[in-house]
Amino acid sequence: MSIDTPALSEELLSGKESKILDQEDICMECHDFSLYYSEKQALFKINMRVPSKRVTAFIGPSGCGKSTLLRCMNRMNDLVDGVRLEGKLLLRGEDVYDRSVNVTDLRRRVGMVFQKPNPFPKSIFENVAYGLRLQGISNKREIEDRVEWSLKRSALWDEVGSRLQENAFSLSGGQQQRLVIARAIAIQPEVLLLDEPASALDPISTLKIEELIFELKSQYTVAIVTHNMQQAARVSDYTAFMYLGELIEFDATDRLFTNPKEKKTEDYITGRYG
Amino acid sequence: MNTEKLGFIKSGTPWVWLNAGAVSISMIMVIGLVVLIAVRGLGHFWPKTIWEIDYNDRGNLILLLGERSIVETVSAKQLNASGAGYQFEDEFVERTLLKIGNRDIYGVDFKLITKPGEVEVRKPKDAILFERTQWGNFYGYLESIEESETQIPVAADKLWQELQTRMSRVDELRDQIHQIEKFDIGRINYQLEKLRLQKRKLELEGINDKQAETDISQGRDQLNQDYEVLKNELDQLYVSIARDRVLMRVANGQQKYIRLADVVKASKPNAMGFGTKLMHYFVNLKDFLTDDPREANTEGGIFPAIFGTVMMVLLMSVIVTPFGVVAAIYLREYAKQGFVTRLVRISVNNLAGVPSIVYGVFGLGFFVYFVGGNIDQLFFPEALPSPTFGSGGLLWASLTLALLTVPVVIVATEEGLARIPSAVREGSLALGATKAETLWRTVIPMASPAMMTGLILAVARAAGEVAPLMLVGAVKLAPSLPVDLNAPFIHLERKFMHLGFHIYDVGFQSPNVEAARPLVYATALILVAVIILLNLSAIYIRNHLREKYRMLEQ
Repeated sequence: MSIDTPALSEELLSGKESKILDQEDICMECHDFSLYYSEKQALFKINMRVPSKRVTAFIGPSGCGKSTLLRCMNRMNDLVDGVRLEGKLLLRGEDVYDRSVNVTDLRRRVGMVFQKPNPFPKSIFENVAYGLRLQGISNKREIEDRVEWSLKRSALWDEVGSRLQENAFSLSGGQQQRLVIARAIAIQPEVLLLDEPASALDPISTLKIEELIFELKSQYTVAIVTHNMQQAARVSDYTAFMYLGELIEFDATDRLFTNPKEKKTEDYITGRYG
Repeated sequence: MNTEKLGFIKSGTPWVWLNAGAVSISMIMVIGLVVLIAVRGLGHFWPKTIWEIDYNDRGNLILLLGERSIVETVSAKQLNASGAGYQFEDEFVERTLLKIGNRDIYGVDFKLITKPGEVEVRKPKDAILFERTQWGNFYGYLESIEESETQIPVAADKLWQELQTRMSRVDELRDQIHQIEKFDIGRINYQLEKLRLQKRKLELEGINDKQAETDISQGRDQLNQDYEVLKNELDQLYVSIARDRVLMRVANGQQKYIRLADVVKASKPNAMGFGTKLMHYFVNLKDFLTDDPREANTEGGIFPAIFGTVMMVLLMSVIVTPFGVVAAIYLREYAKQGFVTRLVRISVNNLAGVPSIVYGVFGLGFFVYFVGGNIDQLFFPEALPSPTFGSGGLLWASLTLALLTVPVVIVATEEGLARIPSAVREGSLALGATKAETLWRTVIPMASPAMMTGLILAVARAAGEVAPLMLVGAVKLAPSLPVDLNAPFIHLERKFMHLGFHIYDVGFQSPNVEAARPLVYATALILVAVIILLNLSAIYIRNHLREKYRMLEQ
């Protein structure tokens, strides 16, 4: 299936989409952003903007490139061999892929949480303190304060506050995922990228993560990739629908789910494919 | 019937039996080996009965005294045909290798006797066994004790007691002499040698420093004075230790004086109860583990060999672990995977299959002659022509074995690194860690159990290796341990003794193979025990690390 990409993008840029975000402070933006894995193109000229201190959800069927786009935002794709990029991806107006950008600094500003909980085989405390120690903070008092703050912020303190020295793997899956979020926010990033954060969890843990995401947007710009449309509808302010490496539609979540403008979006959210 | 057979094969039962059988055979072989060397080796220390035998040696009646060393059944035909003049009627004859000792009198330690020739066998309670500093064991009866060549008037039944008190005095004196000779005089010699080298160095460098020269000669005078004092003390001790002697009667009635100074241990095995024997057993075992060897290694203990083995393996571990781990990290984490890395991997794997003697030759040519020779030229010219690092030594042996075992560590570490899930690496990178930080803080600690596995395999291979060591530093008898009280305390250039080499030497190179045979087993047992001990400690550390970095969800 071939789609007339440029027309679509121009329309998005010039027309409705820019109006949608008129009232918002823009954190990240993509301009004609394309990505190739060796010869295979995975992203096709993506143009979109991610508003600050809002939750933006990326939905779409498997292999549509939403995770790829997310991983570009903090350059995790640098680790993959044979990746080639075109276009621009800006964080606060600065090109993320500029030569002058220090990747580790970028990743401190743009934190990421992965699909499966991936705590380090260390104590709960050391997991959260990991990023702080990387920044060279050695003041014990300060680290303790930041760890406590992060765990409270990620709604985990009540459960683990009394056993910080235990191995992180003694926690349940949902707790591990919240620990990973605590670890990510401990270094106080501007943006938090969540790559299907609840897909490996049970419904109750999922609910807790969703509540947490809702909490987090008061302070962070959150971008979340999810397969679960109800979840996108529940937690996000804006939603982007992607299909086969292209951005099909971007809108406020309420509107996108109730009144999609594109046929493909409608087909997807009504379950006709995906 | 045919389908029945097929069903039996399909059920997998024969396969299970085959597998179980293979495991059982391996286990039986390992256990059998350990039990064999344990029984043969440990049995040696048990005090054995001394038999007094009236023996009909092809017509001549003689009296023998000794321990039954090996008892075996041989075919009479074979004996009859041996040309030794036997004529046996039975089909089989029991033959005993009797350890008669007294090499200084008989010229040999052993005599083969046959059961039909044993006219009468007795267990004399007062038969005495002396373990001597030279000439091996002595078996005989105590006649009298002399002090300064005058007989002491002691009743016959009190003689043994008197001997014991005098023996403990001799032991004490011997300890003192050993202390002075080994440590005090050893220290003086070491310092004198250092002064000589200092002086030689000044000469070589052409420095005409009067002050330094006077210092050196003063130091030397001082040491020589110290030596004189010690020498006097030593002379007195030698006179004192030579005071007592005993008159002994051997089996054939001949009498012989033995200085107590030459006796290491005196015992009456036939008069011992089970408790006393047990006590003697453990004393013997302890002496074996802690004493220096005597009489061309066929008597005494093996402490220097144990020490050398452990020291060498530890040093090798210290060298090989960082080296192998760093190489594996580069290969796995940094190097661009491709033809070259594959080539390197193949080479590394092949290195593990090179015969160890080849490493020995390489170690001799490269480490000892080239590196060691150059070190001598550069840093120890004053000691030339006698080599310092330019001959085999502990350092070169450890390096050679490190080279031998580095492939094992590399392969094990690489596998460990490959097993770390990429999610963990990404998690660290996403927090703003650089690749190096991620490796250092997360990946390497998580892979550390695999590194320990590599080290365990390396230790197992290195500790049992003998061939290369013969070329790069293991010797029959090392004059001093590689660690002592003389600064700098650890002497890596020194030659050392090794249990594996000791086994070869005692078993096949010693002048008295029969007498030393039990020692071969005992030494083999100790070598196995040392390797097991080293491995167990490494396994303990690895399990500890595994527990620490355990991931519940893999």
